[in-house]
Amino acid sequence: MKYLDEYRDEKVARKIVDEIRRIQTKPWVIMEVCGGQTHSIVKNGLDHLLPEDVELVHGPGCPVCVTPLEMIDKAHAIARSQNVIFCSFGDMLRVPGSDGDLFTIKSQGGDVRIVYSPLDCLKIARANPTKHVVFFAIGFETTAPANAMLAWRAREEQVTNLSLLVSHVLVPPALEAILQSPENRVQGFLGPGHVCAVMGYSEYDPISVRFNVPIVVTGFEPLDILHGTLMTIQQLEEGRSTVENQYSRVLDRVGNLPAQTLINKVFEVSDRKWRGIGNIPMSGYRLRDEFARHDAEKLFNVAAIATLEPEICISGEILRGIKKPHDCPAFGTLCSPQHPLGATMVSAEGACAAYYAYGRHLTPPGAEGLHKIVPSASAHIAANGISINGERA
Amino acid sequence: MAISGDVKGEEKVGDEAAISPAFGSCPLPIFEHKQIVLGHGSGGKLTADLIAKVFLPAFKNPILDKLDDQAVLTINGARLAFTTDSFVVSPIFFPGGDIGRLAVHGTVNDLAMSGARPLYLSAAFILEEGLAVDDLRRVVESMRAAAEEAGVQFVTGDTKVVNRGKGDQIFITTTGIGVIDGGVNISADRARPGDQIILSGYVGDHGMAIMSQRENLEFEGAIESDCASLHGLVADMLATSPAIEMDFLHCLRDPTRGGVATTLNEIATRAGVGMTLREQLIPVRDSVKGACEVLGLDPLYVANEGKLLAIVSSEMAEAVLKKMQQHQLGRHAVIIGEVVGNHPGMVLMKTEIGGTRVLDVMFGEQLPRIC
Repeated sequence: MKYLDEYRDEKVARKIVDEIRRIQTKPWVIMEVCGGQTHSIVKNGLDHLLPEDVELVHGPGCPVCVTPLEMIDKAHAIARSQNVIFCSFGDMLRVPGSDGDLFTIKSQGGDVRIVYSPLDCLKIARANPTKHVVFFAIGFETTAPANAMLAWRAREEQVTNLSLLVSHVLVPPALEAILQSPENRVQGFLGPGHVCAVMGYSEYDPISVRFNVPIVVTGFEPLDILHGTLMTIQQLEEGRSTVENQYSRVLDRVGNLPAQTLINKVFEVSDRKWRGIGNIPMSGYRLRDEFARHDAEKLFNVAAIATLEPEICISGEILRGIKKPHDCPAFGTLCSPQHPLGATMVSAEGACAAYYAYGRHLTPPGAEGLHKIVPSASAHIAANGISINGERA
Repeated sequence: MAISGDVKGEEKVGDEAAISPAFGSCPLPIFEHKQIVLGHGSGGKLTADLIAKVFLPAFKNPILDKLDDQAVLTINGARLAFTTDSFVVSPIFFPGGDIGRLAVHGTVNDLAMSGARPLYLSAAFILEEGLAVDDLRRVVESMRAAAEEAGVQFVTGDTKVVNRGKGDQIFITTTGIGVIDGGVNISADRARPGDQIILSGYVGDHGMAIMSQRENLEFEGAIESDCASLHGLVADMLATSPAIEMDFLHCLRDPTRGGVATTLNEIATRAGVGMTLREQLIPVRDSVKGACEVLGLDPLYVANEGKLLAIVSSEMAEAVLKKMQQHQLGRHAVIIGEVVGNHPGMVLMKTEIGGTRVLDVMFGEQLPRIC
């Protein structure tokens, strides 16, 4: 398929991996920031094509994962309200709050709908004038323009029965939080391609300079990720640290200026809580006061909802790159996509879910949990690799 | 580490009764649904859970316990295949078919997957008050045509009408019966290491045709449902060799809800075998691939209504494949992998880029990703 197959070519992949092996002299820890990148890495088995001492750790860029439990509980409280049509992107529906998920609320009679574009909510609001439509506006800078457009049009077109529950987060403050942590292991970043398509990448320059860390803004196809990894390792090996653009077919330094203008008209930067990480100052967006009539947090009585994050789940450490999914004793045993104990297992973009779906046949050192699931499989593959029609992978 | 069996929800700030959550209680296991959720009907793990916990304990018997798509009954020496299926698709008319055609093909295919010759069907209609009679006529005419093509007859039926808002235009349940010729022995538990896995053609067409209609998504190049009756293709496959003792066709399944991935996992679990697939051999149309990319879905989990997966002995696999490729509904058939003795119950796939990954059962509904 055009524009996809070119970026999934096994021969080119091997060439890039060979080049990485040729130039790499030391072990390196590189974090891919986006959930979409994590998904692609694990779905395609990319981490196992790389040299063993090039470690990819999975960053905080899954919007579903980092939405705090408290905000999910607020969403659920609103979705349970009378005369509300609660609209959300699909993968938020399965995220468990303190008492079930949005599917459960739907099964109990709540009107919960999946939308593909936030602007669909305008149509739904107009078609249901006696109901109040709430859109769960979550995500990073990537989804911010479309969500901002919904608030903008709701106000301009006086659609009074429509509001947004906003839980928007920003990438640069999260990278700073990771780099400032005394436990930090990350030496280079694959930067967030889609986020930078909106915002450009100039705002990463100060981070790269201040923390002396290479940031390579990278795409999402297998070859993008391998290429971004190669570019990062080149910088690390040469002792350079700068911001580079692997995803030049999509984005440039300045980004999408009309989108940025719209974001700034609708949102203002504010403190935000991140699931598993905690409060990060000035790390998200909230609606400006001019949009108060479309701010669900102000319209519904949810301010008192304050939920503690569970202590047992290690998703916070996973999101900061300190631990990997199979460091968790619950991974694959007590915690699975059927029984998600933390948000990194819920969304397909979450590191735990991606590991579970695509990588649980692999045996990490000392990962008891994996042996419990598939002793014969993991032992076999550890010993023999996978063979198809007699050909070794 | 001790694991509490009494799982509690997340405590709230200021809740005096709140205790530190026991291991395994964060934030909430959502598997034990108190109500039916849509995922229970998706054909994935939630459906399997419902069957195991609600239906099987009540109805348990050796025939049902096989959990094939049809029951095989031996009555006075004759072997009959017997199956039933309900159809609730929305919209009722879609590119490449409608609910009526689907109701015929679905049940005929469930019979065909045992190697049976489908003979007779029943049809039960649940109609919503307000349904246009012309729409019903169109659906029924479509069923007539599909039944005629498939060589089956409707011999009994039932009609009920529910209040407006209590149904969704039209629900159809069809039940079918067919005869299995002597010697044919096809069941999900018969996959053996060394067997080859044959897929009859492009995957994901039906599911993406429905989704693009349902959600008003417009993709370049219309995607049409693949819905078709497969018993003719199965008869040709069985005719690859007249020698019954060859016993080459071990399992057949039509990968409907849950798609190819879920179906292969079911066979692997039932037969206690592993499977290895090669991603680049699995045929997916560009239009389907593109639509799946846009929505963040995986075509291997998308429903098909006119495809089959066959598990065939290695000696006969090439011959069966050739026979399939001569049939209109099998002309794009390919061998996509093989059954192995290792990693029982697990399906592994070599990815296009050269890595490997697990292909798991679908959990509930496939959900479009956020970005």
